[in-house]
Amino acid sequence: MSTQDAINTATRKLLERAAPGRVAFEDLVVVPLFAILVALILGALTMLATNVDLATIGRSYVALLQGSVGSLNALSETLTAAAPLILAGLGLALGFRAGLFNIGAEGQILIGGMAAVICGFSVPGLPFAILLPLCLIAGGVVGAAYASIAGVLRATTGANEVISTIMLNMIAFRLVDYMLRLPWVQRPGRSDPVSQSVPPSAELPRLLDWIDPNLRVHAGIFVTLLAVAFVYWLLFRSKLGFEFRASGASPSAARYAGMRAGLVIVLAMATAGALAGLAGANQVLGVLGRASPGFSAGIGFDAIAVALLGRSHPVGVLFAGLLFGALEAGGRQMQVDAGVSIDLIGIIQALIIVFIAAPLLVRAIFPWGFRRGDSGGAS
Amino acid sequence: MTAIPDRQAAAPIVDRAETRRAQITGGVMIALALFIVLAFGDAAGDATFRLSRVRDTWVIGDLIVPARPFIYVAAVLTAFLGARLFLRGGGRWTTLSLGVGLILLVIAFLLWATAGNAFSLTGMLQATVVRAMPIALGALAAVFCERVAVVNIAVEGMLLAGAFTGALMGSVLGGWGGLLSAVVIGGLFGFILAALVVTYRMDQIIAGVVINLFVLGLTSYVSSQVFAEMRHLNNAPVFRAIKIPVLGDIPVIGPMLFHQNIFVYGALIMVAVSTYYLFHTRNGLRARAVGEHPRAADTLGIDVYWTRYVHVTIGGMIAGFGGAWFTLGSVGRFDENMTGGRGFIALAAMIFGRWHPVGALMAALVFGFTDSLQQKLALLNTPIPSEFLAMAPYIATIIVVAGLIGRARAPAADGKPYIKE
Repeated sequence: MSTQDAINTATRKLLERAAPGRVAFEDLVVVPLFAILVALILGALTMLATNVDLATIGRSYVALLQGSVGSLNALSETLTAAAPLILAGLGLALGFRAGLFNIGAEGQILIGGMAAVICGFSVPGLPFAILLPLCLIAGGVVGAAYASIAGVLRATTGANEVISTIMLNMIAFRLVDYMLRLPWVQRPGRSDPVSQSVPPSAELPRLLDWIDPNLRVHAGIFVTLLAVAFVYWLLFRSKLGFEFRASGASPSAARYAGMRAGLVIVLAMATAGALAGLAGANQVLGVLGRASPGFSAGIGFDAIAVALLGRSHPVGVLFAGLLFGALEAGGRQMQVDAGVSIDLIGIIQALIIVFIAAPLLVRAIFPWGFRRGDSGGAS
Repeated sequence: MTAIPDRQAAAPIVDRAETRRAQITGGVMIALALFIVLAFGDAAGDATFRLSRVRDTWVIGDLIVPARPFIYVAAVLTAFLGARLFLRGGGRWTTLSLGVGLILLVIAFLLWATAGNAFSLTGMLQATVVRAMPIALGALAAVFCERVAVVNIAVEGMLLAGAFTGALMGSVLGGWGGLLSAVVIGGLFGFILAALVVTYRMDQIIAGVVINLFVLGLTSYVSSQVFAEMRHLNNAPVFRAIKIPVLGDIPVIGPMLFHQNIFVYGALIMVAVSTYYLFHTRNGLRARAVGEHPRAADTLGIDVYWTRYVHVTIGGMIAGFGGAWFTLGSVGRFDENMTGGRGFIALAAMIFGRWHPVGALMAALVFGFTDSLQQKLALLNTPIPSEFLAMAPYIATIIVVAGLIGRARAPAADGKPYIKE
């Protein structure tokens, strides 16, 4: 009896998640807008508190807007910054849906990116149509393998994946540092740890360099969009995705329904790792062209925020990633134009997430703008 | 060993899983033994460990060990323990054997690295204690939070906030003022975390991630926007080591425990006090009840929300104190993201230490040990790349977390919000 109940509850939960009601409009549109507005206001207050005058604050927000969506170049930068965030965020979102809290995207990006670089310069003779896909696949597969370590440990011994992925991040940093000094990886003639460059035939081609060679947006955005579609299909249209979500919503119900919990954990981690590895490959093949120590630059940690902000839904992750990419690109412009440190963006990002993830808090601050008597929060 | 058949009869299901774990662990240990022989068996000469410095009050002689025989002894012992686990199942010996095996591995490694050389053991142990402190304090903060069922991913952010406040206020108000401010700010972030997860029922992990992001953003922003121009605001005094009379003169242990700065003394006292508080007082019992079964605690008249607020805030204060170590306890200057993931290591230490203050301290010491070992070994020019030495503690953590998990259990309500009816 209790088994049946548990399965019913799990099914209902899944239905609620898959088909949000009309109330969702407030949560999906009103709350984020309030959140961004309040975060910007609080960001301005922070600037005031650090002796930035009002004119500069105005100028910095104009620069933020211009730098993110104000020109073709700005849009290009936004998309370039958003792509790896979305890719890694998708992987994390998938893990969250399966009940796995994977902090390891940073390490998976590093290892996956490293694999893509090595693949790129090891077989430079191959034509573009073979080499580029090969490098992307190398990044994905190695990222998946690296993430699977945590998955297998969780499935076989129950080792907490939060701890093991944190440790794997630390290991990945050291491993990349070590590999960058290997004679067959390090760029000839350099004493600092920098890898050889990937050949042009392994690079993700730039899309708009025929307009202006400085436009950095590259074919990685197509990989990203494909990944969004794939994760959507995987999560909501495939049997495996159903098992992921069922295991996340109610592990015991999933087990009683005959799903193999261990396998689900390993597969979910592997898929998440493949996406993070792709994000790493996307960075080295599309933007950096080579690997250097810590080239992941915190993308894996920002991706956690992106996944949370996107409510672990592929489309949500897409928009959250675009927002974070825009803030990133605009923040750089802000630093140049107004001399305000880009670190302000970190504050604004954190505040946006607070207000989105705690609808009750937004409702407490802004009692108007919401229908009365509607007390449910989506998170 | 005689108890094993009885236990098998009593709980066959538990036993099968445990036997398997023991067998896996045994296999790992046999592999370790082989590794010791293959990797370290070529050591030649004597390893000299210096135990005292010349100007110490009581000088004791150096410890001189012939390296190779002792390495083989360590390998044989490890193999024996592993084989015993593999063949007979371990029961409660599994964890202990694995621990002993890892310690033997470290000893063998030290002997191998030091063979034909001299090495200050006391100096390394002293550095171990110093480096373990922020991790121990972070882990203790997390213990306080998790015992009332609030997952605290935000330890990293709280440490960073403490470090930052320590540097800023320490420059303005002096060392003690800075320390007090760091504790207050840590407590403030603890309170914010409690408010977000208890009152506003935000997901605990999200709340923690957000606090980390926020603190990282705010401190980096201020340090690049303000500190870059006004350096006098980022120049705090440093707490020097205080030598406790008589005790501080004991060889080896003296420099380790009784010739340290206030952060070490503070952390040791706090670990002792919180152990007593959590496990031997009424309020501690109530706090743990809130962590295990909030509904039952509520029925008994314990205010769940209040308890969570108080303990998470205390946890934040402890983390703030630990954070001040980075600036007031070592360099007096704040750098962007200077905690560098120590807060996450602290979380690992807490789980490693089974949600117990003393366990957390021990786990933190393990991290501190490998940290200082790596530093000192750079002086001994071993053929192993330093990156692999730096990885060792993390690999060890993974092995231990995988091997131990059968016994480590989080508070039952950990991570779940409580909604009063």
